[in-house]
Amino acid sequence: MESSELKRSKDSVNSCESARRSSFPDEVLERVLSLLKSHRDRSSVSLVCKDWYNAERWSRTHVFIGNCYSVSPEIVARRFPRIRSVTLKGKPRFSDFNLVPENWGADIHAWLVVFAAKYPFLEELRLKRMAISDESLEFLAVSFPNFKALSLLSCDGFSTNGLAAIATHCKNLTELDIQENGIDDIGGSWLSCFPESFTTLEVLNFANLTSDINFDMLEKLVGRCKSMRVLKLNRSVSLEQLQRLLVNAPQLAELGTGLFSQELTIREYEELESALSNCKNMHTLSGLWDATGMYLPALYLACTHLTFLNLSYAALQSVELAKLLAHCPQLKRLWVLDSVEDKGLEAVGLNCPLLEELRVFPADPFDNEIVHGVTEAGFVAVSFGCPRLHYVLYFCRQMTNAAVATIVQNCPDFTHFRLCIMNPGQPDYLTNEPMDEAFGAVVKTCTKLQRLSVSGLLTDLTFEYIGRYAKNLETLSVAFAGRSDWGMQCVLGGCPKLRKLEIRDCPFGNAALLSGLEKYESMRSLWMSACNVTMNGCRLLAREMPRLNVEARGGMPHHLSLLSEMLGTRQTENY
Amino acid sequence: MEGSGVGGSESGSMSTVSRDDNMVVSSEDSSCPDESELELGLGLSLGGKSGGFKMHQLSKGGQFARILTAKDFPSVISAASPSSSSSSSSSSLSRANVTAGTKRTADSVAAANGSSQVVGWPPIRAYRMNSMVNQEKNLAAEGFNSTMVNHKSETSMVEKTTAGIGKYQNNGNTKLRKSLFVKANMDGIPIGRKVDLNAHESYEKLAKTLEDMFLKTTSSVNPTGSMTLELGAMKKITRPSKLLDGSSDFVLTYEDREGDWMLVGDVPWEMFLSSVKRLRIMRTSEATGLAPQLQERNQRQKSYVPTHETLPSLKTFAETKSAIRDSMNSWQMGMMVEMSKPLCNSECYVRP
Repeated sequence: MESSELKRSKDSVNSCESARRSSFPDEVLERVLSLLKSHRDRSSVSLVCKDWYNAERWSRTHVFIGNCYSVSPEIVARRFPRIRSVTLKGKPRFSDFNLVPENWGADIHAWLVVFAAKYPFLEELRLKRMAISDESLEFLAVSFPNFKALSLLSCDGFSTNGLAAIATHCKNLTELDIQENGIDDIGGSWLSCFPESFTTLEVLNFANLTSDINFDMLEKLVGRCKSMRVLKLNRSVSLEQLQRLLVNAPQLAELGTGLFSQELTIREYEELESALSNCKNMHTLSGLWDATGMYLPALYLACTHLTFLNLSYAALQSVELAKLLAHCPQLKRLWVLDSVEDKGLEAVGLNCPLLEELRVFPADPFDNEIVHGVTEAGFVAVSFGCPRLHYVLYFCRQMTNAAVATIVQNCPDFTHFRLCIMNPGQPDYLTNEPMDEAFGAVVKTCTKLQRLSVSGLLTDLTFEYIGRYAKNLETLSVAFAGRSDWGMQCVLGGCPKLRKLEIRDCPFGNAALLSGLEKYESMRSLWMSACNVTMNGCRLLAREMPRLNVEARGGMPHHLSLLSEMLGTRQTENY
Repeated sequence: MEGSGVGGSESGSMSTVSRDDNMVVSSEDSSCPDESELELGLGLSLGGKSGGFKMHQLSKGGQFARILTAKDFPSVISAASPSSSSSSSSSSLSRANVTAGTKRTADSVAAANGSSQVVGWPPIRAYRMNSMVNQEKNLAAEGFNSTMVNHKSETSMVEKTTAGIGKYQNNGNTKLRKSLFVKANMDGIPIGRKVDLNAHESYEKLAKTLEDMFLKTTSSVNPTGSMTLELGAMKKITRPSKLLDGSSDFVLTYEDREGDWMLVGDVPWEMFLSSVKRLRIMRTSEATGLAPQLQERNQRQKSYVPTHETLPSLKTFAETKSAIRDSMNSWQMGMMVEMSKPLCNSECYVRP
């Protein structure tokens, strides 16, 4: 990409030079460009001419690398000398579902070493699906005196000892955001490693750790960090303790409670209710483990301005949810478990007209005997009540083509449509037909669609539709679908903006794989596992496209991971 | 959320594909069994679930077989409707499979035995899956398995409500089974696996599954839906039979909550489930010092230690071990050796 940029800029350098006499001084240009935040805009800007390329690279303070193997840390450091904040993503998304072997890679350490040398003033590091060890965390903690924010999602390889190193050494820490990770939770003593003089923490999220922490230390920490705005507790924190924390932190904007279930006296209940309602800035609420109808009313007064409610760890019944939602008129994002059933979703449609995002997770994904959960009816009900809905993740056990057609008619603005009919290859349960028309309706109606996950019984027709209509599609996830190479060829031949394609258990083979040669260079990654691709097909691909990282495992490759773009060479271990 | 390989088709029918695809004819790929042995049946490993689904079933005709659709399995479709019980759906599925003429027989469906999971499906992050299991355990532990009543009757909040996921599951007749995935590694094999302990009711079944996972060749069925080994890895190490000629024995061990490595089988199954973090099939030569540390533990935490006198229904350690040994016909369970120095983590297992 760099070489083509420079080439292009050479052509325009003359016109740039002639305009230079009346153009901005570099500093002004840099100042203007520094206001650009979107990395895509910045990429565009860098292509204008050489001056702009340079101004952009000098003014960029945040770099986003969607695929850690697409570029080396040395090259990043060379191009962008003033980076303060780095976001890195590593493993293919299917690693979240145990489809990627351990030791696959995406280790952060090499990056940290380069950053320590080139970006000693690094402030923020956000990692997704990277491997990070305790040693790396310690190295991070001691190498960057200005370090402020650490966010880890779906990472693995570290333990709470690594967190202790961060807490101990990062004197300027403002954010410690430990989301769902494969962390080895040895104990809660890391929290006690924050020094008594430490007051800068604004974001503390340890909701997904299981060990008990020292509540005294937590209370003191929260008490002295007056700028704290995000606090997400883990299960070990009780309601009573929550109340004590809130009394000292009414400024919280995002709260993740601990266990929401405890025997309280009336007075304790009222104190809790009062403490919650005093959080006037609260717009996000999560946690709520084991919450039941008994104590949810304590939340009612606090929900007036709530925009994001995450109930995905509280198996509420429909009535409980309905009562709660009656107090959440401003809700824009809602995550629930399918224990709320269709009736609960009807309540969503009735109470949340501003809803933009809905995620419904299965409370029990593996039990087929469950006759509950949500069906197409719940989804349809939400679509009638929430016309602004644009992001949905929906796990269900039955769906119909007609229902999906209705849904997208009501909500044509979908940007993210992720439907998971949990029984692979299940047809429309009323007509017994494939679900092709459902996804056809989605891509035809939702012109802004960026992300699509398909499921159910699907023929190649689904992919014909996708290729033909999904002009803005960037991410496509396919499992147990399609009939032949033609399906995948349609997608690769259409979908001009496709960036990520992940496929598992589909009858797509070499012909399909090789039909996308030109496409892959503009994509971030392709994943295929348990398909009909052969090792030779992969070899051919690698030969034809030397700038791609092609990786295949297995005799008939169990998985093919295609990480596009040049310049990265993966260290493969144990292959 | 680490894992290895992918469940589903293993070494496949190279010849079939290459007939279609002129570019990739090669004999070197066909180090695989006959295509009729092709691992197809994601449908089968789904047990009762998959309805009409049957993916990439390559027929000998050399073309991608048509995808069997709902029309092919009228009985299964009705079984797939929510009102049917799982037993009927799994039996009709096996009927359908036999009808479809796949090599994977109803054996694997029967073997699935309620553990009908495809690896990595439905696509839910491992963290979330495990937290559902843990919540269930916590609920049980706290006694929240029935309606929760507020004792303070003077409040206006008294209402009988249900408590969380556990209650939700107990819809009277439904069988409760959560998954409890733990990692399993075998010395000498770089790729680990994950196994659902709740899909096995006993040590014997677990041992059988592990045997299937780590020692069978790739044509074997893997009914618990856990990942299959890649051929490459298998080739690099010596074939299991060589390893197990008697020249090296293996023991099945597990790491418990406190980080100790214990020999599998010395506590009742349920107790094992509640304390196991992961499994390791260890070379006996390394398994020194794995004395059941129960006595030591007793002093530390006064946990209940069942003996065959107090619980006559439980097997003794020896009985359990011999049962396991019997079931593992292709490798032996090594004898545990007493050692003066206890085994600690840094010695026995280096985490990748």
